[in-house]
Amino acid sequence: MEILMSVVVGILFMVGTYLILTKSLLRIILGTGIISHGVHLLLLTMAGLKTGAPPLLGENAALYTDPLPQALILTAIVISFGVTGFFFVLAYRAYKELGTDDMDKLRGNDHE
Amino acid sequence: MNNLVVLPIVLPIMTGIILIFFRNQIGLQRWISFISLLFFIGLAANMVQLVYVDGIQTLYLGGWLPPFGIVLVADMFASLLVLTTAIVALSCLWFSFRSIGIEREKHYYYPFFHFLIAGVSGSFLTGDIFNLFVFFEVMLISSYVLIVLGATKIQLRETLKYLLVNIVSSALFVASVAFLYAITGTLNMADLSVRVAEVGQTGLLNVVALLFLIVFGLKAGLFLYFWLPGSYSAPPTPVAALFAGLLTKVGIYAIFRTFTLIFYHQPGITHEIMAWMAAATMILGVIGAIAFSDIRQVLAFNVVAGVGFIIFGLAAFTSASFQGAIFYLIHDMLVKALLFLLGGAVIGIAGTSNLKQMGGLIKYHPSLGWMFFIAGLALAGVPPLSGFIGKLLLVQGGLTAEFYWITGISLATSLLILYSIIKVFMHAFWGETKLSPKEEKGSEKGLLAPCAVLVFLSFALGLGADYLYPYIEVAAETLMDPSIYIQAVLKE
Repeated sequence: MEILMSVVVGILFMVGTYLILTKSLLRIILGTGIISHGVHLLLLTMAGLKTGAPPLLGENAALYTDPLPQALILTAIVISFGVTGFFFVLAYRAYKELGTDDMDKLRGNDHE
Repeated sequence: MNNLVVLPIVLPIMTGIILIFFRNQIGLQRWISFISLLFFIGLAANMVQLVYVDGIQTLYLGGWLPPFGIVLVADMFASLLVLTTAIVALSCLWFSFRSIGIEREKHYYYPFFHFLIAGVSGSFLTGDIFNLFVFFEVMLISSYVLIVLGATKIQLRETLKYLLVNIVSSALFVASVAFLYAITGTLNMADLSVRVAEVGQTGLLNVVALLFLIVFGLKAGLFLYFWLPGSYSAPPTPVAALFAGLLTKVGIYAIFRTFTLIFYHQPGITHEIMAWMAAATMILGVIGAIAFSDIRQVLAFNVVAGVGFIIFGLAAFTSASFQGAIFYLIHDMLVKALLFLLGGAVIGIAGTSNLKQMGGLIKYHPSLGWMFFIAGLALAGVPPLSGFIGKLLLVQGGLTAEFYWITGISLATSLLILYSIIKVFMHAFWGETKLSPKEEKGSEKGLLAPCAVLVFLSFALGLGADYLYPYIEVAAETLMDPSIYIQAVLKE
């Protein structure tokens, strides 16, 4: 199971990297979204995918899944959600002010 | 256990939250911010003294013993950096009062300023690697807002790039934490150190160590600095000074922490790579500093070159080079902030950042000019000032570690840094006076007092090195010997 997940995470990283290297700003934001999915799945996978009850003590199971990575992923999700929200609004504002979403045209060394 | 350790994080957060409620009372916002930072300095100084007298202070949050809970650790290195952060923050805040403009102040400038400081001091004090990630994000999210606040075209453009680079490096950070957790099964830094020592730092852990080097190198501008010159020249002066003084230094601190506490078993691999990255950073940074004739770019590339010096001290891994690196780090935080503030004042007066279009400012602004001159000398490491002792110890440590080439590069870099700053000084302050007082675009009124404080501190750090040295020695000793840190955190 871990092998399969690793391959999936690898594909997500690949797609994310490809999208980040393109010109259009929206594709770049989608790329960051996909990369953060990859990272969260990686956290889940690396902690081990052994079968066990959900981490609720009321389950009275003999084995539970590791609760720590789930807490880490939850934290990482809200952080990347906040940052992505900011990124989208920033991209919208930049499009309105600068009139382009082409990263090549946003290069420039001039100051103004 | 000591509750004092959490206050450098709680105080700025509480101040920031309180300031949100006083959006339109700008006078009140300024007073609260200023008083809060004064308290913060007192608190940090108190903590430094406490650590000096009683040893490392820890706080188990929620009463959970490590490695199960989050632990805050104030060793001497972290406490000194928190104190320096507080001083840099106060002078940048003071500078903001006259220069940042009422519109930005109304749009939550001060709350984000305090959140940024909370993120920085939290990163310094935490003893948990995932918590370090969270404090990095607190700091970075505030920095995104501060860099774009005002939304001029250049700010929007540079923020897009800064944001993208940091999202990618944060993703890599989480991935590295995932790998490290898979191998060791813990997140507490002291516990990590013990477990890595137990299993031995073999191939897999070396890869994770290098991943961390890439992540923190991206944050610190160590070789992977391509994002830095653009981002640091976009925001208004006090924000740029705050970034130059604090943000890359948090990355440097994280490199120090991980590579002295956790991954110190294979210096032949990790520290060798780090040494050459540092050398490349120094060379490329200083080439950039010489090449540009724009004040902002010159100063931004000087930040890059400074990172190289400090990491070189870590890579040499001797006690002298550690002391030098710590001394230089503290000096660098103060003087980089000072140079950015002074450079901002010059740009404000001249109305341009292009060196070729200014000249002769010394006639009407002698104190600004001479302060800039002193700051330049301090940066290059001229003896009575603060940069000298750090560099001396670094060179000494580099020679002991037999890094002859890199030591030579660092000395040559110092010379070229001096050249780049003196070039700014000569073009901006000497020559024929191009602007009469009436034609000037701005004034320096009220801007020089915070700069004077930093100039004074640079002198004090240079002349009073004897008083500071015992503290630096303690800090270096803790870094050299991880067992001190581990004992303080994991004592039964």
